[in-house]
Amino acid sequence: MNFPIWPEQASTFATEVDNIAYVLIGLTIFFTVAVMLALMFFAIRYRRGAKVDRSNPVHTSHTLELAWSVPPLIIALGVFAWSVVPYASVYNPPKDADEVYVIGKRWMWHLQHADTGIRENNELHIPINRATKLTIISQDVIHGFYVPEFRVKRDAIPGYYNTCWFQPTKVGKYFLFCTEYCGTNHSQMGGWVYVMSAADYAQWEKQKGRKSGSFEAKATTPADEGEALFRQYGCGNCHTATDTARAPSLVGLYGKERTFTDGSKVPADRNYLRKAIIMPENTLLKGYGTVTRMPSYKDLSEDDINQLIAYIQSLGAVTSAPKVATTDTTSAATPSSRGAQPTRNLP
Amino acid sequence: MSVEVAPAEHAHGHHGDLAHQFEQMDQQNESYIVGMWTFLVTEIMFFGALFLCYTLYRSQAQGVFFEISRHHLNVLLGGTNTVLLLTSSFTMAMVVYNAQQKDRNKQLIFLTLTILLSFGFLVIKGFEWSEKFQEHHVMGPDFHYGAPPPTPGVQPLATGKDVGYEYQVHDYQAQMYFSLYFGMTGLHAVHVVLGIIVMGVLWIMIFRRHPAVQYYMPVEMTGLYWHFVDIVWIFLFPLFYLIPHP
Amino acid sequence: MSASALKPGALGEVTSAKRLHYLNWSYTVRDWLLTLDHKRIAILYLVSISVMFALGGWAAAMIRIELTSPHGHILENDTYNKIFTMHGVLMVFFFLVPSIPATLGNFVLPLMLGARDLAFPKLNLLSWYFYMAGAALTLYAIISGGVDTGWTFYTPYSSVYSNSNVVLALVGIFLAGFSSIFTGINFIVTIHKMRAPGLTWFRLPLFVWATYAVSVVIVLGTPVVAITLLLVVAERLWNIGIFNPVLGGDPILFQHLFWFYSHPAVYIMILPSFGVISEVIACFSRKRVFGYSFVAFSSLAIGVFGFLVWGHHMFITGQSMYTGIVFSVLSFLVAIPSAIKVFNWTATVYKGTVWFTAPMLYAMGFIGLFTVGGLTGLFLASLAVDVHLNQTYFVVAHFHYVMVGGAMMGYFAGLHFWWPKITGRMYPEFWAKLAAGITFIGFNLTFFPQFIVGYLGMPRRYHNYPSEFQVWHIMSSAGASVLAVGVLIPGIYFLYSLKYGPRAGSNPWGASGLEWMTQSPPIKDNFDEPPVVTWEAYNYEDEVVEETVRDQAAGLEVQRELIGHTPPVTDESKRTDTRPGIPRNE
Repeated sequence: MNFPIWPEQASTFATEVDNIAYVLIGLTIFFTVAVMLALMFFAIRYRRGAKVDRSNPVHTSHTLELAWSVPPLIIALGVFAWSVVPYASVYNPPKDADEVYVIGKRWMWHLQHADTGIRENNELHIPINRATKLTIISQDVIHGFYVPEFRVKRDAIPGYYNTCWFQPTKVGKYFLFCTEYCGTNHSQMGGWVYVMSAADYAQWEKQKGRKSGSFEAKATTPADEGEALFRQYGCGNCHTATDTARAPSLVGLYGKERTFTDGSKVPADRNYLRKAIIMPENTLLKGYGTVTRMPSYKDLSEDDINQLIAYIQSLGAVTSAPKVATTDTTSAATPSSRGAQPTRNLP
Repeated sequence: MSVEVAPAEHAHGHHGDLAHQFEQMDQQNESYIVGMWTFLVTEIMFFGALFLCYTLYRSQAQGVFFEISRHHLNVLLGGTNTVLLLTSSFTMAMVVYNAQQKDRNKQLIFLTLTILLSFGFLVIKGFEWSEKFQEHHVMGPDFHYGAPPPTPGVQPLATGKDVGYEYQVHDYQAQMYFSLYFGMTGLHAVHVVLGIIVMGVLWIMIFRRHPAVQYYMPVEMTGLYWHFVDIVWIFLFPLFYLIPHP
Repeated sequence: MSASALKPGALGEVTSAKRLHYLNWSYTVRDWLLTLDHKRIAILYLVSISVMFALGGWAAAMIRIELTSPHGHILENDTYNKIFTMHGVLMVFFFLVPSIPATLGNFVLPLMLGARDLAFPKLNLLSWYFYMAGAALTLYAIISGGVDTGWTFYTPYSSVYSNSNVVLALVGIFLAGFSSIFTGINFIVTIHKMRAPGLTWFRLPLFVWATYAVSVVIVLGTPVVAITLLLVVAERLWNIGIFNPVLGGDPILFQHLFWFYSHPAVYIMILPSFGVISEVIACFSRKRVFGYSFVAFSSLAIGVFGFLVWGHHMFITGQSMYTGIVFSVLSFLVAIPSAIKVFNWTATVYKGTVWFTAPMLYAMGFIGLFTVGGLTGLFLASLAVDVHLNQTYFVVAHFHYVMVGGAMMGYFAGLHFWWPKITGRMYPEFWAKLAAGITFIGFNLTFFPQFIVGYLGMPRRYHNYPSEFQVWHIMSSAGASVLAVGVLIPGIYFLYSLKYGPRAGSNPWGASGLEWMTQSPPIKDNFDEPPVVTWEAYNYEDEVVEETVRDQAAGLEVQRELIGHTPPVTDESKRTDTRPGIPRNE
């Protein structure tokens, strides 16, 4: 009979996690067996009716107590410390990781590759040996994005982004599960992650990215779609190339430090940007008074917000004189070379 | 059918107040005190979670809290309530003292005062709340805050409904504020009502010279509870009524 | 009254005349439903908890039946979700949390302390009525449509999206929480204030230490979850938005508040079992628990540390990495006191005299299963591994090992141990041992495969799963049927023993402890006279060597040989205790 006992190790993270798990399994077996053997041995040897030496029984021994507290404590702390390293690394994706936006909703996963804009539902195709970063959010309740064979899991929480990353090391087709109970079809909310060789992946990208004979042109990048949204919602009416009294400039905004009216500072990361778009009244910047003039764009979908943020990310620093607002259609979307985003200017 | 099988009677002297599970009066008294303190610890944890939520949400929207408080919470009424409750704590302490002195009349007088003061508290609360109902500030489908847009030149320290707004207040933010307001003052009011009921029962028992109140312990326990209710209000008052300009 | 001058009938033993005790002095319904006797209240709890356990167990059976097939055909999605919620809610809030404290604790604690009752008998009765009200509401919520949020009620699913009877169920749990709080208050005051003269803290049985730690945890933690559940109710009813991100709320705030109680709750569920195990191991090794003060303090340490680790349920929510690190190290530390206990119990058996009675078998099973359960907890405390294992069946297996293999087995050990005291009857030993063995085997068959399928990635709360996992699920479900048999058998023989079991004397086990120095079942006021304690706990080693006790005069058919392991001290000046000797069934 062919049934699995151990999941495949399909990412760099998987190996690290499994190594810790092997040690923990060893410790579990060791201590359980030791305790059970000791218990059974004593119980049988000292059963009533057995004529053995029970003289001078011991009732307390500080030495023993130390002996069986301190070594386990040291081992425990050792395992703890060892385990921090892979966990911390999950929080720190490499700078050149491929980004994928993930939106969980009841009951499916929407994914979009940030560089090419290719969208997938319940499936993720990624190339082998490249770091992939997931930016995950939920549209409704809390979901969990889980790929067991990568040993990676992150909750998809409504209201803020979670990120994680992994580097797949083995070509194959792997389970994708939702692991945070979300209602009726929780156990059907899953799919597949396909890890492909570089060549296969490039071909897949080409195929998906360019649908010959279909209604769509090739997939537009999120930054392009974001730009379209930017126009559609008239953001440029206030957010021009430079800071004005009405609104700060968005150029080079991503990652800059923002200071709020109460003096606190945060870097302008995705979570800040998201909040600033849909609840600007909660991100009052210093120097702009106590009231935001920005209307709240609460009705934007998570997908829209992803595009807008991608667009903002693509806005480079202002080079020379501020550009006059024009309707600029020159920045046609081109499939980007991997990892590099074209610097854009405001329309 | 007879009750006991054990031939021996309990060894302790039959003090009328001594419950059968206790051996001596001071054991009983200390037990009741420890029990009431333990119960108050649970109440601290109970309210504490709400205070945590309040702290979290106020720190995220300080301007909003400030505006709503100065526009819709009447410091005079709240302050009066504070004075009423503090005074009622004093009168309650007098009840306890007189219970220890076994002075029935003074107990009844001070207990009456305490109950009246507490009713006063509830009446003022009633006014405040009914106003909020009329203004649609109660959570639910009818909630509507509808702050006017902020105007320049608003005096930071001015209070009252007609003061302009310096900070913008959205409905959903106001809803958070009022949820916390009604949740916390509501829970507190429930505790006040329960306290009044207990005091009422105590009053009747003292009046009728019920054996259980011949000893001061029930009054002392009620006193402890009442002081706790007062202390919670001492925290609630500044947190909701005296929010400073951010 | 000196117990060494025992003769049949002296303690109100079995004589030809019918003796009056707490059970038979009145049979009216009023005297049961309005009783203030802690022993009767314990029986009331025993019955109601058993009913809830049976219902929760039925839900478990439905889950396991459904999971035999990977693309579930027996239950609809929503029904399955409601069934596992029912299983969790009933088992956690209505069985595990009250089980030992409300039944065994209520019954035995005053007896162990030499008291006539708990400090606040009326509060005790009120606590049972709150439990019943909570149970009634929750069951009504389940029957009239069900609740499908999972026992953890995560927001915003429970507060905004779920279309089930969440409010009713939450109010039911709220009431059960107050039942728990009242019991906790009662126990704290009783232990502080109502110990018999001479019964100092370090002469207390370890069950009392465990009960004390539990009560402190209950008193500090339960109010927080009570208010949290009320906030979810308020959110459902009035849309207050406190956990709803669309309205500016934070769904993770719910998780912090919920787990702040629910992690200590698991220590509420296990600490009393620790207490029972200490009693049982000591009695059936005829030996004082090794490292008494270490075991006592470790109970307190677990209670305190238990409040510091709640964040380990949230490692993958995206909380700050540093938060995760702090919670992880604390979670590793909290394992150490439990390990100390396990080692101390094992060392107790060394040079003891071991009786393999049913309670002892349950206790030995407990030690093994709890060790596995506790160590697998380390997998989950370990940050990197928890990323993989969180919300999988590995977690399910872990907590069932500690909760069923641990807490439930401890409960059964205690029920068997104190059954003669509670009912005055002996259960049939052969069937009890058989049930213990079947339970142990069935339990492992059920839950061990879940570790494997969990590591493979099988998520929790799934009734649809990849077919590759089916083998493990079938193994688990097969084991569950064995476990069910093992758990049902005691139900049958306990009931049988009430009428047909041999009558028990005051101390059929020859155990130490004040509760064994009064008749079985105890009289209404527990003791004829309040005892005065001048001896240490677990003073088993004063026994006389090679004494055979026949109890036919008392109607007991069992012969017990108490073979001590130290020769009796004949030189009176060398005896440090002046204890009147273990009462026996003579």
